[in-house]
Amino acid sequence: MEGRGKQALVTFQEISPADFFYRNRDIAGFTNPSRAIFASIRELVENSLDSADQMNVPPEVYVRLSEEESAADSGNGVYRLKIMDNGSGISARHIPSAFGQVLFGSKYTLKQARGTFGLGGTMSILYGQITTHKPLLVKSSTGTSKIYEYKMMIDIQRNRPLILDRKTRRNKEKWRGTIVEYSLEGDYYRAMSKILEYLKQTALVTPYADIRFVDPKGRLYMFSRATKKMPPPPTETLAHPYGVDVETIQRLIRVTNRRNLLDFMRKHFHRVGQGTSLNFLDFAGFIKTPKPKRLKPEDVTQLIKTISKHKKLRNTFGKVTEKEIKAALKKTKSQNMIDFLKSSFPKVDRTVILRLLSSAGFVRTKNPRKLKPNEIVRLVRMMKRYPDFLPPDASCLSPLGEDLLRAGILKELKPEFIAVSQRKPSTYAGHPFIVETAIAYGGDIPKKDDFVVYRFANRIPLLYDEASDVSVRVIRSINWRRYKVSSTMPLAILVHVCSTKVPYKTVGKEFIADRPEVKNEILNGIREVARRLHTFLSKREHRAKEKRRLTVFSKYLPKIARFSTDLAGKNEEPDIELLLKSVRKYEEGA
Amino acid sequence: MKKEPESSAKKKSKKILKDLRGFGGNLYAQMEKGNFPWVEMPSRSTENIFYSPDERQYILGEKSVKRSARNIRHIRPFTQMVWAGFFASELVKNRKTSTLRDVYYSAQAYEMSFKDQPESNNIITDLETATGFAREDFNVFPEERSAIFGDLTIEYTVPGYEGKQLNLTSHPDGVMIGPSLVSSEFAKTGCDKVIAIEKGGLFTRFIEERVHEKFNALLVLTAGQAPRATRHFINRLNHELELPVFIFTDGDPWGMHIAMVIISGSANAAHLRGLTTPDAKWGGVYATDIVDYKLPTDPLTDVDIKRLHELTRDPRYTGELWKKEIKTFLKIRKKAEQEAFSRYGLTYIVDEYLPAKLEEMGA
Repeated sequence: MEGRGKQALVTFQEISPADFFYRNRDIAGFTNPSRAIFASIRELVENSLDSADQMNVPPEVYVRLSEEESAADSGNGVYRLKIMDNGSGISARHIPSAFGQVLFGSKYTLKQARGTFGLGGTMSILYGQITTHKPLLVKSSTGTSKIYEYKMMIDIQRNRPLILDRKTRRNKEKWRGTIVEYSLEGDYYRAMSKILEYLKQTALVTPYADIRFVDPKGRLYMFSRATKKMPPPPTETLAHPYGVDVETIQRLIRVTNRRNLLDFMRKHFHRVGQGTSLNFLDFAGFIKTPKPKRLKPEDVTQLIKTISKHKKLRNTFGKVTEKEIKAALKKTKSQNMIDFLKSSFPKVDRTVILRLLSSAGFVRTKNPRKLKPNEIVRLVRMMKRYPDFLPPDASCLSPLGEDLLRAGILKELKPEFIAVSQRKPSTYAGHPFIVETAIAYGGDIPKKDDFVVYRFANRIPLLYDEASDVSVRVIRSINWRRYKVSSTMPLAILVHVCSTKVPYKTVGKEFIADRPEVKNEILNGIREVARRLHTFLSKREHRAKEKRRLTVFSKYLPKIARFSTDLAGKNEEPDIELLLKSVRKYEEGA
Repeated sequence: MKKEPESSAKKKSKKILKDLRGFGGNLYAQMEKGNFPWVEMPSRSTENIFYSPDERQYILGEKSVKRSARNIRHIRPFTQMVWAGFFASELVKNRKTSTLRDVYYSAQAYEMSFKDQPESNNIITDLETATGFAREDFNVFPEERSAIFGDLTIEYTVPGYEGKQLNLTSHPDGVMIGPSLVSSEFAKTGCDKVIAIEKGGLFTRFIEERVHEKFNALLVLTAGQAPRATRHFINRLNHELELPVFIFTDGDPWGMHIAMVIISGSANAAHLRGLTTPDAKWGGVYATDIVDYKLPTDPLTDVDIKRLHELTRDPRYTGELWKKEIKTFLKIRKKAEQEAFSRYGLTYIVDEYLPAKLEEMGA
């Protein structure tokens, strides 16, 4: 054995989040030069769209990529990327951190947005810096009288912005938005098709946005908006008890101003009111009530008063007198009021008893700050086990809606037929989600050996790892012949999953995992639009058949008339217009 | 000028034209009334074909089919049939002849293309069924290969030859039984019988050996299975000239059937009359001849034997002679061609066999 008695040399070192992502950039999607350039454009475009969405203005995003050093034989070149938007803008004091510090952002809230980690944008800039070592330029204004300009870099080891220069300009035109410009190494020509596909699909799912892209060759790609109507913005929401962990509870305890668990639950959790809070805490064993023996006469009076005051309580408990209660109190062996009332009124529901005790002021719960670690763990565990929490509502979600989805598809694919469907909100593991599906047929959709599948999550197109995605698996599992659909038809299927937490399998936001709840909603959504496609295809088939019929009749009937006339030795042909008309009548029904 | 009595051929073409006019007139009237035209005709499906012992041929039963132009599946064949009727009437009117192949191509001139030859043939058969005339009556003939030789004088009715006469001994190879012969009138004959022969070689031998003189016979070459025109011609010789008909074929199931089709007709022609000669007689080669004359033979093949078993179930083969010969074939499992008699010398068949056979059949 080596170094016996001698301390092995191990260095422990804390690394900053920026350093962590610098070392592990693969997990954020910056795997190779072509992927990196794609990811950079995508992250910044999404930030721009999110920021305009927040302001509820139809986004205008301008992207320009120009060549700084021409691509060598290896395919890698140095590019200058500029992105401009009409979004919220960033206030002067936040600009350095927003772009110079990893994991700083406005998205750590529970409402739907395209990005979730506040990582993508900064990650792109970090990647640009490590490949070119050139500073970043940011101009932004929140629409005030000033525009702020920063020239800066990221201090990777300390995860801090390093400001090289700052300027303030007058904002005469009250411009609002952000411009980001920096250099990065990449392989545009290999990434080109993915970038264009990404922009096209983004335009499809954001039909109210104007997106323009100028590529290194100077070609302008315009994706013009089809409407100015925007989906209603999502509202921020509280955490749902099913979706929290110990860390979340600890953070909440640190910030809360509530002094008992009953109020704590009501204040910080989604769809938890007085009743749910009471019942849950009772279920979890956090409710304390006085011992019956120690009840004072005025307490009994209070109890009776509470019953007679509330109509519902009056009805369930019936006529109760102080005398009766006092007599029962003397006899009881129960250690708390809940058990006491339960044994005295066996027919009354436990929730009603809790309600009575709470209204009468006999319920005590702990101060959340005084919870011991094992109690916090128990609380979280019970939250997952309690069956009666209301499912989260979908106000925190912002699905596109059937009209906008239809507009987007019509704009980008110009199909002959389209069916869209928005499912009702649903949940998985405490996270609300909504699935939107669409099927489009014909038009600009290419005829391939297989359907075109467009996958979106929170309005982001998912372009990689299609085969692993839950939507594709669902599509494969469907028996399409039942819908008169064959794989050679020009068919596009669109699936949009919106959620406060999209169940991605990887950090790279590329495909959605097989959650049974999500899978089911996708399946039902696709089935619904497929049924409508089936109706369309059947009708079309019927019409084609009728058309063929008519063609046959109008080809042969005149000949029969002509030859019969000749055979019969007549001069004038019989009138067959009526006969042809009677055949045409079939057709009009279609 | 004294009007000559009309010939049977002329009478027939007048009737054909009249019937075709009726056929067209009926459809015309239906359309005039605002209805989809339709025709009804006997069904030719196998379950509607029966053997009639009285008529001694196959006939169609009671079942009929309605072809209507209202039915999308019928309208194309319906139109084709009307066109075929129109085409037939043009042929008869202009006294032109044509072949089934011609019909197939002629249709294209009227944008009435047939998918293939069988489709076109089938439509002609439809027209035969609907009108009751054979296609030969409409001057539509198959490719000819059969011939006739002997002392029969005919008078042509075809354009350019009307009134011209020909004695059928005038050409030593025989005269082809074609459209102009079939449509001719019989002027006179010195023969008292018809001998039909399956094979060309023997036909030539018979002429060389002057069988027509020695036996006072008209020689007909069927060249295998006799064409419908030839069957119809044999029928006319039998009916109009009252000549008995004797048929000589190879000694095998196929030869037997050549004779049988001349005698009793085929199921395919169940919708037609005048193609059979029920009184004609099969003269051999019999299975018993193979034994009696000790002819050189070939063994029966599996197909031959299968065919013999089919014939035992065939309603046309109920006569004693047929039953006996089928049985003998199956027993000896041998067959012989007509040429087999040459083992006894080239003229043996004419000198010995033929007289014996004719006597046996009571000629």
